[in-house]
Amino acid sequence: MQEDTQLNGFEVVYKKPVTLTDTPFHYCPGCGHSVVHRVLMEVIDEMGIQDKTIGVAPVGCSVFAYSYMNIDMQEAAHGRASAVATGIKRIHPDKFVFSYQGDGDLAAIGTAETIHTVNRGENILMIFINNAIYGMTGGQMAPTTLLNQVTSTSPYGRNCETMGYPLKITDMLVQLPGAYYVTRQSVHNVNAVRKLKKAVEKSFEYQKSNPGTCFIEVVSNCPSGWKMTPVESNKWLEENMFPVYPIGDLKVPSGK
Amino acid sequence: MEDKNNGARLMKGNEALAEAAMRADIDAYFGYPITPQSEILEYFTLEMPKRHGVVLQAESELAAINMIYGAAGAGGRVMTSSSSPGISLMQEAISYIASAELPCLLVNVTRGGPGLGTIQPSQGDYFQAVKGGGHGDYHLIVLAPSSVQEMADFVFDGIRLAEKYKTPAMILADGALGQMMEKVVLPEEGSLPKTEKPWATAGKPATRERNIITSLFIDPEKMEGINIRLQEKYEQMRDEVRFEEIALDDAEFALVAFGLSARVCQKAVDLAREKGIRVGLIRPITLYPFPKEAISNLTNKVKFFLVVEMNAGQMVEDVSLAVNGKRPVYFKGRMGGMVPTPEDVVEKLESLVHSLRKSEI
Ligand SMILES: Cc1ncc(C[n+]2csc(CCOP(=O)(O)OP(=O)(O)O)c2C)c(N)n1
Repeated sequence: MQEDTQLNGFEVVYKKPVTLTDTPFHYCPGCGHSVVHRVLMEVIDEMGIQDKTIGVAPVGCSVFAYSYMNIDMQEAAHGRASAVATGIKRIHPDKFVFSYQGDGDLAAIGTAETIHTVNRGENILMIFINNAIYGMTGGQMAPTTLLNQVTSTSPYGRNCETMGYPLKITDMLVQLPGAYYVTRQSVHNVNAVRKLKKAVEKSFEYQKSNPGTCFIEVVSNCPSGWKMTPVESNKWLEENMFPVYPIGDLKVPSGK
Repeated sequence: MEDKNNGARLMKGNEALAEAAMRADIDAYFGYPITPQSEILEYFTLEMPKRHGVVLQAESELAAINMIYGAAGAGGRVMTSSSSPGISLMQEAISYIASAELPCLLVNVTRGGPGLGTIQPSQGDYFQAVKGGGHGDYHLIVLAPSSVQEMADFVFDGIRLAEKYKTPAMILADGALGQMMEKVVLPEEGSLPKTEKPWATAGKPATRERNIITSLFIDPEKMEGINIRLQEKYEQMRDEVRFEEIALDDAEFALVAFGLSARVCQKAVDLAREKGIRVGLIRPITLYPFPKEAISNLTNKVKFFLVVEMNAGQMVEDVSLAVNGKRPVYFKGRMGGMVPTPEDVVEKLESLVHSLRKSEI
């Protein structure tokens, strides 16, 4: 970060990282996407790796992630972000590469790419925003939608007999030897944001030696899709999401 | 394998193509096995590690083509290959690549369809290759080899054109060209210099704006602008039209065929001429851009066109458009992996000539 700590006689205690553009976020009020964007970009700025980092945006609410992130980026087809990131990383093995995907993108249409990217131990960071819904297309059921959760395509609630169960894809990925660091975080309060930032820092730190895939699930909210206020959505998240998707590390490098 | 004779070798089409790709300094190959082109992937997995290039057997053609999108966007010289069903699976990403204007080489060693079809050679993917294939208004540059030599040479031509026009180029071969062995003189290593790619996602230095590779232009006016630019580019690509003319100087009738069918027709021309039928052959080499002027010019010279394809009649539509009603356009095809024989072609030709002579009396 820049060292100028004074502005018009005031002390600067908080500012926008140079890795974020001036474009205002288009996300709904209270949505976790913008917080995760900011955390990611803060870390890249603070680590001084803006010139060495390439990101991949998904299809989903964060399809325009490249509008906000002031780094080289590619926008992938729905579900294919980790394959695109694989292609980039294989051309630039010395660069930092991350993919950013929602739950429909990563755990439904892109499940095969997700599993095989991690199985190859691609040396990238995969960020997975789990908001238990398809935000962009208007609140349809996602693979991560909770049992009995009402969405626009599970209007009577998700019924496991015909719609299957919430897919804990992160738990599945832990089984793969290619996974180096797997953690589940959230951004629903300040403490959680700090912990997410630590996880992102670690992941980029690990990527310096290309030891395998780092995978961060962020349990997030969707106030519009869930039809709640931001405050209600955070409460619902704590009460309903965390029991199914508990926060914490799922796999840490041995000896770290 | 190396022949003392001018460096000529006896090679399978698929292997000649893969070795040419090595010599064209491909940075990365991503692919998935499918007959009749798996030798290409196998050749890469054997040879690429020795050359410190990237080779990756993906989990599907879907993953492979999206790796191509990433690697091409990152500035790599990249290619993939597959056969008909695998190419169908790639279409969404090919549309993205065309829209994002990224260069890459695609190879389709086709087989008979529709569906899972057969592993025998076919030209049933002509429409898919030349009309775009995926969603939206776009085209690929499409090169149609008709020999093992051209399987190798067109790798260089395809990459050169893809990089010149920032667009995907496709080699549309078929299972027979992939599998057959012929003499080939391979292109020389290092004869295709790398091009500057200042637009690539290689990490943003402080000295430039960030590079974004996307096919998303949500504002329709902007999206129309992108379309206009693409169409202008396709217009410029007309300079690259290539075709071959055989025995057309004194011809009364013209055969039109590409790829393997053109080989069949070449023999048919000889047989027909032995029978006193003055027939020639025009072989489109670039299927897109299509040699429509060359075909149109022939309308002043020949009495009719006979288009020969290994499909139900696909290129014949483009020939008819070029001929524009000035002469009759006839069709002879075999489908589903069957290859017409020279005798089939001559028989059809004889019956057409016969009816014409009768109507002239
Ligand atoms: C091939 C394809 N199928 C469907 C779509 C439509 N689509 C766009 S976004 C989306 C769902 C995204 O949901 P998710 O990944 O959970 O991300 P969120 O919007 O919730 O952040 C779908 C189905 C598409 N763009 N492409």
